[in-house]
Amino acid sequence: MLVSILAFALVLISAGLIFIFALPQTGSHRFLRPIHAFDHLRQAIGLAVENGTRIHLTIGKAIPSQTINAAGLVGLTSLERIAQVSSSSDRPPLATSGDGTLAILSQDTLRAVHRMANSLELHDPARGRLTGITPFSYVVGALPIADSENVSTHILVGNFGPEIALLVEAADNENAFTLASSDSLPAQAALYASAQEPLIGEELFAIPAYLNAGRIYTASLRTQDVLRWGVIVVIITGAVLKFMGIG
Amino acid sequence: MRAPISTAIAISVGVIVLLGYFLPVPLLIPLRELFVSWAVILAGVAGLVAILNMLGIHWQKLNTPRNRDYYSIFLLLAFILTLFAGLLLQPSDPGFQKIVTHIQVPIEASLMGVLTVSLTYASIRMFQRRTGWMAILFTASAMVFLIVGSGLLTVGHDLPLLKGLLAAINTLPVAGARGILLGIALGSLITGLRILMGADRPYSG
Repeated sequence: MLVSILAFALVLISAGLIFIFALPQTGSHRFLRPIHAFDHLRQAIGLAVENGTRIHLTIGKAIPSQTINAAGLVGLTSLERIAQVSSSSDRPPLATSGDGTLAILSQDTLRAVHRMANSLELHDPARGRLTGITPFSYVVGALPIADSENVSTHILVGNFGPEIALLVEAADNENAFTLASSDSLPAQAALYASAQEPLIGEELFAIPAYLNAGRIYTASLRTQDVLRWGVIVVIITGAVLKFMGIG
Repeated sequence: MRAPISTAIAISVGVIVLLGYFLPVPLLIPLRELFVSWAVILAGVAGLVAILNMLGIHWQKLNTPRNRDYYSIFLLLAFILTLFAGLLLQPSDPGFQKIVTHIQVPIEASLMGVLTVSLTYASIRMFQRRTGWMAILFTASAMVFLIVGSGLLTVGHDLPLLKGLLAAINTLPVAGARGILLGIALGSLITGLRILMGADRPYSG
């Protein structure tokens, strides 16, 4: 019961913090520290739009026992923002995934962007694709996109296994830019070695904020930072108390 | 406002499921279980629809006048054969499972081999790309844990100093992983809250 109360309190505090930080007078937009990976991503998106090449965003596979995961949701938000930014491109972005729910949501996200831009006739459901339903078939199904769809920028955001390095390798062979992030530890290790711009740990959740998706994302990031400091304080206090033989 | 009805449904269902986990209200628990079971059914249907969409895309690739992708025929044939075999024999049939695994397992094992080579090559190339202390730390830790995990140091495992040192080294990745996972857990919490607040609406097409 105590755990439930604490967890519920954490949820309420987090929601309150997001709400407070999202207020215009808190100036959350000034809070972002420079991360070079995002500067390079913005350049790559700009170049793709200018050169008429495609941006490929892959949003991962499902986690067993979960119908959808947070990393996949971040991927969908990033997809929405990138589709908005590159809406004037000759080749609109392409989204791939390894899960039926994510594939349908990616199609829906791309459709929403076209609807908001009053260009629904340009929406092509084939740009939100399922490439396979097992970890390997998902990555192997996405490999042809690297060399046959004129892609210059690959953004990998979601839950992957280490096999995602095969896609990064294929992208690298085509001299394409790769920014990669995952909530899975084995994938993070593989991506750190293979991707041009890997993001580690919770940097994954910063992508929408750095793509200027809106004030709520910057507020979320700031809330995440406050909570992290809270966790650090709790861990250190617990360690000190244990060292002193209390509790 | 974008998709107000979908947003209202998503927020209310999300709040009921969340409260069902935290509050011991008798009405909330069966409601939570019902919504979660609906979500599982919907995810299954979404999987089926997405597979049909994938087949449609490969059919288009095969029939496009320019840059026809002949590899798509393998996917379509494999799908049709597996589907009919599964319907005739049932997916739980040992013969059917044997055929599928005897094709799938060797292919995935060979891909794992390719992945090993790719990652080794990527690790070497990483030094050209990143020259900071993080690259050195990454390689040094990879080397240390390869040696520790190989069992080479089990010879001197009886030495108290080496035993303590190995225990301390083996604690490091656990601590690091916990740190990363804590950050990811906080990020997941915030992402979930954005859905509940209606700020993220990936269903608004």
